[in-house]
Amino acid sequence: MLRKLIIGSATAATLALSSGAALAAGGAGYVENYAFAHEGPFGRFDQTQLQRGLQVYTQVCAACHGLRYVPLRTLSDEGGPGLSEEEVRAYIEQNYIEVYDADLQDWRAATPNDHFPQSSMENAPDLSLMTKARAGFSGPYGLALNPLFKGMGGSEYVASLLTHYTGSEKEEFGAILYGNETYGGGYLAMAPPLWDGAVEYGDGTEATVEQMALDVASFLTWTAEPKLMARKQMGFTAVLMLSLLAVLLYLSNKRLWAPVKARAKGYPAE
Amino acid sequence: MSGIPHDHYEPKSNAEKWLHRRLPIVSLMYDTLMIPTPKNLNWMWIWGIVLTVCLVMQIITGIILVMHYTPHVDMAFASVEHIMRNVNGGWAIRYIHQNGASLFFIAVYLHIFRGLYYGSYKAPREVTWIIGMLIYLMMMGTAFMGYVLPWGQMSFWGATVITGLFGAIPFVGDAIQTWLLGGPAVDNATLNRFLSLHYLLPFVILGLVVLHIWAFHTTGNNNPTGVEVRRTSKKDADADTLPFWPYFVIKDLFALAVIMAAFFAIVGFMPNFLGHPDNYIEANPLVTPAFIVPEWYFLPFYAILRAFDTEVWLVIAVDFLTAGIVDAKFFGVLAMFGAIIVMALAPWLDTSSVRSGRYRPMFKWWFWIFIVNFFVLMWAGAMPAEGIYPYIALIGSAYWFAYFLLILPLLGVIEKPQAQPATIEEDFNAHYGKSEGQGGAAASTPAE
Repeated sequence: MLRKLIIGSATAATLALSSGAALAAGGAGYVENYAFAHEGPFGRFDQTQLQRGLQVYTQVCAACHGLRYVPLRTLSDEGGPGLSEEEVRAYIEQNYIEVYDADLQDWRAATPNDHFPQSSMENAPDLSLMTKARAGFSGPYGLALNPLFKGMGGSEYVASLLTHYTGSEKEEFGAILYGNETYGGGYLAMAPPLWDGAVEYGDGTEATVEQMALDVASFLTWTAEPKLMARKQMGFTAVLMLSLLAVLLYLSNKRLWAPVKARAKGYPAE
Repeated sequence: MSGIPHDHYEPKSNAEKWLHRRLPIVSLMYDTLMIPTPKNLNWMWIWGIVLTVCLVMQIITGIILVMHYTPHVDMAFASVEHIMRNVNGGWAIRYIHQNGASLFFIAVYLHIFRGLYYGSYKAPREVTWIIGMLIYLMMMGTAFMGYVLPWGQMSFWGATVITGLFGAIPFVGDAIQTWLLGGPAVDNATLNRFLSLHYLLPFVILGLVVLHIWAFHTTGNNNPTGVEVRRTSKKDADADTLPFWPYFVIKDLFALAVIMAAFFAIVGFMPNFLGHPDNYIEANPLVTPAFIVPEWYFLPFYAILRAFDTEVWLVIAVDFLTAGIVDAKFFGVLAMFGAIIVMALAPWLDTSSVRSGRYRPMFKWWFWIFIVNFFVLMWAGAMPAEGIYPYIALIGSAYWFAYFLLILPLLGVIEKPQAQPATIEEDFNAHYGKSEGQGGAAASTPAE
């Protein structure tokens, strides 16, 4: 059992490694290091970008994919797309979002307390945690230096996947697969979902493929880590306060030991 | 305690005297906190406090997490997301708990290496060392089971691989594995018992930590010179030691504040750096991840486990000699557990009469190779078991065993140790008294 698993995983790992990934899940191919507003210790989500990303998700991705872990009400949470409660209700209504109610044994219109619908296609993965479940950056040589300096790269992975279709196609077991430089295996079942002007942004931003890819990757970073901004805020405060405490304790320690060390200086040489 | 002459607690008020006659708890706390501590302890003596704080932090955050977690295969993953999204501050509690495990292991490895370098395991501190090794084993068990609870892909497949190790035991392996899992495969029963044990073991560890502290409070602390505190008179003892409070408490708290600042930088800015992305995909028994790797703190032992494959002549020979009872798979399991057992036996394998590595010129080299080798093994454990990596892992594993079974016993015989200071006081004064002189303190520079 174990040997089979180890051999199996080693074989699979070799395949993943052939594309240069080590110690990384998913064995990503080429991932472009896009810049996102939410990156870095002081990174914050760009609220208008999250709203644009929500639009791309709703009008394109949601046809097949779901966000099963994300409650609709969180669209109005602090640090998110920042819709008002009325806008959340309007969003649900305009997009005919329905949920299956086990008590009614029937479908009904969603309320803000319900979650986004699940994926409607069996082989379309749920996107709630996608930007945390993929590592864009890994290595080199299993040393984890790239993720240390560039970040884990989940957002970059999603954006790259959407922008790096090669245009080639192949048929396998009766299904059409589409060539992609970012996807680990080189070909994936999802047809290129974006084209220039696929959505029309309300804020006048030009809807290029790259723009939409970055927007939706940003939105999916929020769905995976809705408390990102609160977390970074906490990190900053904690590091600041602890550093201050460390300085005070250092000075206390120095003062405490000073007489002991002074006595040592008076000791006669051997 | 500790046989080192020092002031004892004297109950003064009537209330104190009343309590002291019935339960001398204040006396116990006083003696524990005021224990005479060698005054030359360097910065490698802070990890014990860090570990204690880690244990308390993990227990507190863990108790809160259990209040919101659902141990069921259909709900566990979603309940962790519930904690991350809906529970007030749940994301902070969970990230602290998750990264707290890593801090715990960083501290325990440095603590163990400190003991190995300064000979803290040697007589009369063998029992402290053995209890420490038991704590370390329990920590590994606890961390392993805790990693299964979020029920992600790596949780599930890691559990499958590691419990599979027990299946390698000859004759009874399959029965033991089924008994451990509560069924033929990792499933709901496994998840439930892992939560139960993950909650129980930290309290066992807490009990062992009390014994660990009691043991070294009985023998007294080791110190960078390895020279014992003089017990000949209270004056001599006072010259070698300082009370734990306030001298070492403040020093340790300073170190703790620095470490915690680094820890919260990780929690705040890169909480998933030490985790595996696959664990954000819900467990699926039908889809094997491309690459199953354990958490970083298990990697050196994972490398030893995988190093002894069917191509190693020693494995082939043992397989042949035992008529196939000890096959490559079981050999790997024995090697992995054996690696920890030989480390636990270090007090009896090290024949040198000199305690501290500071005065052992040959030992130093072998020790630092051991440390480098530990990281090489960690790296090899993260790489796939093919190409050059199994050979690197094999060499690293061989060195691990050679260090304890050959090098430590032989060095004690062939090595000519350097002169040690006569007393701790002499070491301390040489370090601080002459530090402004012309480099006369070379022999007593704290070796890190």
